Amino acid sequence: MFTILEKQLLAENIYLMKVEAPRVARAALPGQFVIVRADQVGERIPLTIADFDAAAGSVTIVIQTLGVSTRKICTLEAGDQLADFAGPLGRPSEFVHEPVEELRKRRYIFIGGGVGTAPVYPQVKWLKEQGVEVDVIIGAKNKDMLIYTAEMEQVASHLYITTDDGSAGSQGLVTTKLEELIAAGNHYDECVAIGPMIMMKFVALTTKKYNLKTTVSLNALMVDGTGMCGACRVTVAGKTRFTCVEGPEFDAHEVDFDEAMRRQGMYRTQEQRALAIHAEHEAGHQCRIGLDK
Amino acid sequence: MANKIPRVPVREQDPTIRATNFEEVCYGYNLEEAQLEASRCLDCKNPRCVGACPVGLQIPRFIAALHEGNLKQAASIIAEDSSLPSICGRVCPQESQCEGACILGIKGEPVAIGKIERFIGDWKLEHSDEVAADVAPQRGHRVAVVGSGPSGLACASDLAKWGYEVTVFEALHELGGVLVYGIPEFRLPKERIVAREIHEVEKLGVKFEKDVIVGRTVTIDSLLDEEGFDAVFIGSGAGLPRFMGIEGENLNGVVSANEFLTRTNLMHAYDNSFDTPIYVGKRVVVVGGGNVAMDAVRTAKRLGAESVIVYRRSEKELPARVEEVHHAKEEGIEFRMLTNPIAVLGNEQGWVTGIRCVEMELGEPDESGRRSPVVKADSEFEMACDVVIMALGTSPNPLIASTTEGLETNRRGCITASEEGQTTREGVFAGGDAVTGAATVILAMGAGRKAARAIDQYLSQKA
Ligand SMILES: Cc1cc2nc3c(=O)[nH]c(=O)nc-3n(C[C@H](O)[C@H](O)[C@H](O)COP(=O)(O)OP(=O)(O)OC[C@H]3O[C@@H](n4cnc5c(N)ncnc54)[C@H](O)[C@@H]3O)c2cc1C
Ligand code: SF4
Ligand code: FES
Repeated sequence: MFTILEKQLLAENIYLMKVEAPRVARAALPGQFVIVRADQVGERIPLTIADFDAAAGSVTIVIQTLGVSTRKICTLEAGDQLADFAGPLGRPSEFVHEPVEELRKRRYIFIGGGVGTAPVYPQVKWLKEQGVEVDVIIGAKNKDMLIYTAEMEQVASHLYITTDDGSAGSQGLVTTKLEELIAAGNHYDECVAIGPMIMMKFVALTTKKYNLKTTVSLNALMVDGTGMCGACRVTVAGKTRFTCVEGPEFDAHEVDFDEAMRRQGMYRTQEQRALAIHAEHEAGHQCRIGLDK
Repeated sequence: MANKIPRVPVREQDPTIRATNFEEVCYGYNLEEAQLEASRCLDCKNPRCVGACPVGLQIPRFIAALHEGNLKQAASIIAEDSSLPSICGRVCPQESQCEGACILGIKGEPVAIGKIERFIGDWKLEHSDEVAADVAPQRGHRVAVVGSGPSGLACASDLAKWGYEVTVFEALHELGGVLVYGIPEFRLPKERIVAREIHEVEKLGVKFEKDVIVGRTVTIDSLLDEEGFDAVFIGSGAGLPRFMGIEGENLNGVVSANEFLTRTNLMHAYDNSFDTPIYVGKRVVVVGGGNVAMDAVRTAKRLGAESVIVYRRSEKELPARVEEVHHAKEEGIEFRMLTNPIAVLGNEQGWVTGIRCVEMELGEPDESGRRSPVVKADSEFEMACDVVIMALGTSPNPLIASTTEGLETNRRGCITASEEGQTTREGVFAGGDAVTGAATVILAMGAGRKAARAIDQYLSQKA
């Protein structure tokens, strides 16, 4: 069992949880994820690590309530326990294995969309600690849905905010901002984008035009997260890969996003039914669930 | 004479009823039936069954003890060579091991060794307090075991009995390896059998830590250097599923047997009070002919789908246990032999609508002696279905080898180890599917026990 040390509401339906998991905290590196199970009947849910503190033995995750399982996790409070918290899983971001001198020569642009902004943070923080220059674009629906702006401010060289309705930062998509920055003469050597599949697809299409090397972190469906089932298969450069062991980060220009999006929907009807059942149990609860991830 | 008695039939759930539930198919023998069956054994001077058992169980001896009504003795005779009799009695391929060699099988039916072993194993679980094993005094050595499948459990329990302090690290949230995530409830009950076998290991003082992925959460080196373990046993199995590499394999509705079985067994997707979903569809095609394929197809049937096996060789070559094939047929599974898929077909939304196959015929025998199937000319045809389950075999996960300097593997990704389980790293031992590739429970159990002896020897010398 893994104790929740802290819980915060970051935005509507988006929660931060700091969890006591000393082994995971000690081993975690940027880019990795954990598998979380709320209770004995829960699903195994993959969540990208949003921060980790080896000394304190804690790992932070940020969860958006999308289905029965994420909602169940979010009904837990500080002091409660999660049945399982396994990780760190997946391969760390490629840059953690590269010589720092090389990294320092590069300029990075990170793009975080919605709840995907959270896993961008440990990567930017890690690079900042190595003395690498990183610009960051955060995109959200509106001002209220923005998360991690204060934290990101601390670690990014420049932080740009975009919202769909212009209620904060500039109005428009993250890709519009990226093109603006490049047009304004900013040179980037590498781009990392984490967010909804559709956003990552369009970032990939945009950066392709500029031949800008781009990495995305794929949030495929998973069961075990250890390479045992193949639920997480994606096609990268024409080859089938298991996201949980060969990813979650891949070269954005080689990912088949349309297939990846389609595969994410494989259990949608089942989930909708489960949600309906769950809603009945939770009489009185006001739920507006975005199944349109 | 004893062999005039026909083999005692075993009671089973009615096929039409059991095809709709997950309860155990076979009820097993009661004492009277088991003793009657035991009376058929000739107590051969040179028992062929013993030689054909991968761990050399003293079959005639435990059968004789049972016949005399001495169950405790029967159980301890088995315990000399096997730590998981109620499991092996249920899942061993007896027809190609002990029973396949039994002298009575030449003219008639072999002794039902598996059913007798199961009876004794179950009796032992019921009477575990009377047959508690002795635990030697602590020796001050700590051993880490990776994986809680049959090899890890067997290794851990022997070492604990000999006074070692053992911790088992398991990646998943349940203990048992394939016994919990792969083999279905209707063949191997989880609470009644697997959990109790594990409880027996716990009673010996073995510690279990779940949610620890060796190679990620910790490494073999950190266990040895930082956590103070004196030796490690790797029993991480062969869990990586293979796919065919044919067109349409990533359509929605194509899953590996491991995924389908993990969702049902480990995650209890068939039970509405659990959260994990499963997609079953109306018609399921399972590709493959081994135990995994039979388990997947019979699970799909129980979840309400019309279910078909597609296998590229003929029925004679089916690698599954004979009993499983027989049970599958009784339950109304359709078998399409000498058939091989060449593409999965889908609709515009990317969901499976069918499978395109070719017919095969058996050609010349290959190196293994099996006649290899060749494609029959102009035999292409299509079959409608909405789920395709690939049960094509598995290989070891490279995670541990790739994160452990100096731990060698062979071409197939299996960890290189001696007969005793010694790997290419000092103090690191391995056994079971991780070394052999996907094999059997009895071999994994046997390998775990051999490695336990090697670890004992290694640590005794070191001390
Ligand atoms: C569906 C199915 C049906 C089968 N039917 C039969 C049958 O009827 N008869 C028979 O004899 N055999 C059968 N088998 C084969 C048999 O189950 C295996 O040969 C046997 O379980 C192997 O045991 P093991 O201990 O080597 O590995 P496993 O049982 O695979 O256990 C390995 C364990 O290690 C864990 N692990 C893996 N990597 C790590 C890591 N890095 N860190 C921590 N833990 C890790 C895994 O999660 C797992 O729990 C079947 C297999 C399957 C899949
Ligand atoms: S071969 Fe058959 S008859 Fe002979 S000892 Fe073994 S089980 Fe008994
Ligand atoms: S989640 Fe099972 S293999 Fe990746």
